[in-house]
Amino acid sequence: MTGCGDCAGCNRPIPKESPRGEYVVALAGNANVGKSATFNQLTGVDQDIGNWPGKTVERAEGILQHRGQRIRVIDLPGIYSISTLSTEEQVSREFIAHDHPDVVINVIDASSLERNLFFTLQLAELESPLILALNQMDRATESGIAIDLRKLSEILGVPVVPTIAIQGKGIVELSDAVLTAIRSRPKPHTLEYGREVEDRIRKIMAFLPAGAGGYPPRWTAIKLLEGDSDTVWEAKKQSPEAVRAARDSAEELEKMHGEPVGMVLSGERYHVAEQIVSDVMTIHTRSGNHPSLTDRIDRIALHPVMGYILLVLAIGGLLGWTFIIGAWISDFLTAFLAGIAPLHPLVNGSVADIIFNGAWTGLVAALTLIIPYVIPFYLFLSLIEDSGFLTRFSLMLDRGMHKLGLHGKAIIPLILGFGCSVPACFACRIIESPKQKYIAAFLVTLVPCSARIIVILSVVAVFVNIWWALALFIFEFILIVILGRVAFRVIPGESVGMIMEMPDYHIPSFPVVLSQTWGRTRSLIWIVLPAYVIGSIGITAAYAAGLLGPVNAVLSPVTVVLLGLPAVTGIVFVFGIIRKEMTILTLAALFGTTVFSTVLTPVQLIVFALVTMIYVPCLSTILALAQEFGWKQAILICLLEIVLAVGIGAVAFRVLSLFL
Amino acid sequence: MTSEQLEEYLESILDIEEKEGIAKTSAIAKCLKVSPASVTEALQVLAEKGFIHYEPYRGAVLSDRGREAAKKVKRRHRLLEVFLTDVLHINRENVHDEACRMEHTLSDETECALCKLLKAPARCPHGSLIEACDRGVESCSSCLTEKETACGSARDHPLIPLTSLEPGQKGVIAFIRGDNKVVQRLTDLGLTLRTEIALVRKAPLLGPVEISVRKTRLAIDHAIADHVFVQGCGENA
Repeated sequence: MTGCGDCAGCNRPIPKESPRGEYVVALAGNANVGKSATFNQLTGVDQDIGNWPGKTVERAEGILQHRGQRIRVIDLPGIYSISTLSTEEQVSREFIAHDHPDVVINVIDASSLERNLFFTLQLAELESPLILALNQMDRATESGIAIDLRKLSEILGVPVVPTIAIQGKGIVELSDAVLTAIRSRPKPHTLEYGREVEDRIRKIMAFLPAGAGGYPPRWTAIKLLEGDSDTVWEAKKQSPEAVRAARDSAEELEKMHGEPVGMVLSGERYHVAEQIVSDVMTIHTRSGNHPSLTDRIDRIALHPVMGYILLVLAIGGLLGWTFIIGAWISDFLTAFLAGIAPLHPLVNGSVADIIFNGAWTGLVAALTLIIPYVIPFYLFLSLIEDSGFLTRFSLMLDRGMHKLGLHGKAIIPLILGFGCSVPACFACRIIESPKQKYIAAFLVTLVPCSARIIVILSVVAVFVNIWWALALFIFEFILIVILGRVAFRVIPGESVGMIMEMPDYHIPSFPVVLSQTWGRTRSLIWIVLPAYVIGSIGITAAYAAGLLGPVNAVLSPVTVVLLGLPAVTGIVFVFGIIRKEMTILTLAALFGTTVFSTVLTPVQLIVFALVTMIYVPCLSTILALAQEFGWKQAILICLLEIVLAVGIGAVAFRVLSLFL
Repeated sequence: MTSEQLEEYLESILDIEEKEGIAKTSAIAKCLKVSPASVTEALQVLAEKGFIHYEPYRGAVLSDRGREAAKKVKRRHRLLEVFLTDVLHINRENVHDEACRMEHTLSDETECALCKLLKAPARCPHGSLIEACDRGVESCSSCLTEKETACGSARDHPLIPLTSLEPGQKGVIAFIRGDNKVVQRLTDLGLTLRTEIALVRKAPLLGPVEISVRKTRLAIDHAIADHVFVQGCGENA
C-alpha cells in the first residue's frame, strides 16, 4: 500500500491538537454486538452513509460532539476476524493501519466475551490506541455473568467502559474515555501465544524492517506466518528472508499440529482469550433452568410447521402492508403532483416543454416509487431484521435456496427485490462466494419489484382478471427457480454453504431501524433519481426529435411478428427501460385512453405484461448491477433477459391465442 | 475381474463423477488407458456386483457401497503418497504411480498404523483432502486428541459428524475437514479443536444445524457440519 505518503511514520509523537484538524475514532467489533446502536448513540442523527472507496462495503460516518470537541466517528463493518480476506476485513484493517484513527473503540458483547476477545486480540496486534466498550451489560447480568472490568483493563492495558447502548447507558462515560484516550493513547499490551508459535513470530520479526507497509512488525510477522496473501506479496519485495522464514515456520507448525497453520493460530488466539475470560469472568448459576425468551420464540419460529406458517405470514404481511399503505399514499401523492404539472409523457410541443416534461415525469416517477412503496417496505423489513427474525427465516429457507444454487442468506436480497431491485442488488453483498452473489443478483432482477407488480395489477388484473395476474406471478417464480438451477450449473465457481450467527431476539431499537431505513432509501435516491430524470429527459427529447419514430419500425419484427402486439409498443418498451411502470403511462398517452381493454385483446394484455416483467432490468438496476459486478456482467444479464422475454412472449402469444 | 482392477475402476469413477456428475464410458477409458469396449464389459460386472448404477450410453454413478469402497482406496492411496514423500523422501512425481500399485494390497491394520505414524495428515502431497476413516476411529483419534478432554478418553466415545448429534447433546471438536476458507471461518467463530459444542436444533429437511459454542449460537450448513467431527459426550449436562 502506498497510502502513507503524508504520514509522519508509525511512531509519531502524541499530537496536542490533531494534525487533521479533527480527531477520528473508529468503531470495530463483531456483528450483532450493538455496534450500530453505539454508533447511533455517539453521533445522533448526523450521519453520512456511503461506500468505502472502490469497495462495495457500506461505510457509515458521523460526528460526535462532546465537551466542546468535534470527533469524526467511522463505523467499520461488523466482522469476526481479520484472518480471511473478505472485503469487509480488508477495509477494516487498511483503515486502522493506514488512516491511523486516533482511537479504535472495540464494541464487545459482554455475554459472549470469549469470541469477542478473539477479535480484540487481533485489533491489539494492529497496535492502535484501543478502548473496549463492553456492551449489553444488562443481558450479561441477566444470565448470571459477572465481569471484573478493572482486571480486564489491566490484562489488556486499555480502558474498559461498560455500556447498554440501546438504552444510551454508558455513552457519556465512553465519550469521556475517548477524549482521555486521544491524549493518553492507551496502547494494548502484547499478549503472548504459546512458545512454539511465539518463537517463530520472533524469528520472522528479526527479518522485518520497522514499520514495513504501515503495519506493526509483530502483526506483519503473524500475517506472514498465516500465509496471508496480501502481506506475503508486500513483504516479498522488501524482506524475502522473512517470507521464507515464515513459510518454513508455517510448515513446521502444520506438521506439529496436523492442521492448517491458520487454524493453529486461531486456536492459539482462542486459548489466550479463554485464559483472560477465566481470569475476569464468573458465572453465577441461575436459579432454576427456565428457557430464555429466545429459546421460547425459537420453538415456534424454527418449528417445522409453525415456522413456515410464521414465515408466510411475515412475508405476506410485508408485501400486503407495503401495497395497501403504498397504494393509498401513491394515489394521494400522484393526485397532488399531477395538480402541479401534467404527468403524461408529452409527445409533441416545444423542445423546452418536452424536456421539462421529461424531467418532471422522471422526478414524479422516482418520488411515487420511493415514498409510497419503498420506505414502508424498508421500515417493515428493518423491524424484522433488527429483531432477529430474518436470520431465522434464512435458516428455515436454507434448504430451499440450495435448489437455486444459493443459501439461506440470499432470502434477504430476494425479499428486498419485491420493494425495488436496486437495493436488492446491493444486498447481495452479504453472500460470500462471487458465484452465488452473481446468481442472487440475476434472480433479484427477475423478482417482480413494486413497479412491475403495479404493471401486472393495472394491466392484467384490471382488464383481464385477477387469476391471470396471479398466474403471471406464479409463472415468474417458476422461472426464477428454473433459471436459478440453470445458472448454478452454468456459472463457474464454487458455492459455499451458510455459516451464520443466530443473535438473540430483542425489541428493535427505534434509532437503528430509522437510520437503517433512511440509509437504504438514501442510497436508492442517489441512483434512482438521476437515472429517472436524465433517462426520462433523454428519451422524451429523442422522441420529440423524431429519433424514436423509426424505432417502432425497427422493433416491429419483434413486437408485431413475434409477440403479436401493436407496433407502437416498441416505443413503450423503450420507455419502460427507465422505469417499468412508465410503460403504462406511455401506453395511455399513445392510445389516448386508460381503458386498455378497448385497444388490446386479452392475449395482448397478458403478453405485454409478461414481456414487461422480464425483458430487461430498469436503468437504475442496470447501473446498480454495473457498479457491483462491472458492465460486462450487467449487459450479459440484460441481453439474456431480452432474449428470454421475447422467447417466452412469442410462445405465450401463440399458445394463449389457441384458447383465449 | 481382479479386485485390483475393480478398485481402479471405482477410483476413476469417483474422480470423474466428482468433476462431471456422471462417469461416461469414454472418460473412464481415457482415464484408465483401456478400450471403451472393455470398460463397458467391466461396468456391467460392477453393476451386477452392486458397486455402481450403470445406464448404457449415459454412464455410471457409484452406489453407496461403491462409493464407500472407492473412498477407502482413495484414502489409502493418499496416505501412501504422504508416506512415500514425507518418510521415504521419494520424488514427488513418482509417488502417484507407486501408490497406485501399493494401495490394493494394504490391510486395514496397516492403513491405521500408517495414519497414526503420519499423525492423521489432512492432505496428500498434491493437496487433495484425505477423508477421515470411517471405522476403528479410536486408534486413529488417539494421535489426534493428545490430551484427555472433558468428555473422558477417546476410547469411550467414537468420533461422529456434528450432524449425528441429537438436539441437546454435547460434543468436543476432534477435527474439521473441508475447504480451507470454510475451516478458517469456523475456527475464527470459535470452533477450535477440543472445544465443547452443543447441538441446539436441526432444521427440517437436512437444513442447517444450529449449534451453541462459546456462549454464542451459530447456524451451519448441513454439508459443512457433516465435516465437523466431534467426540460425543452424551446428554446435556
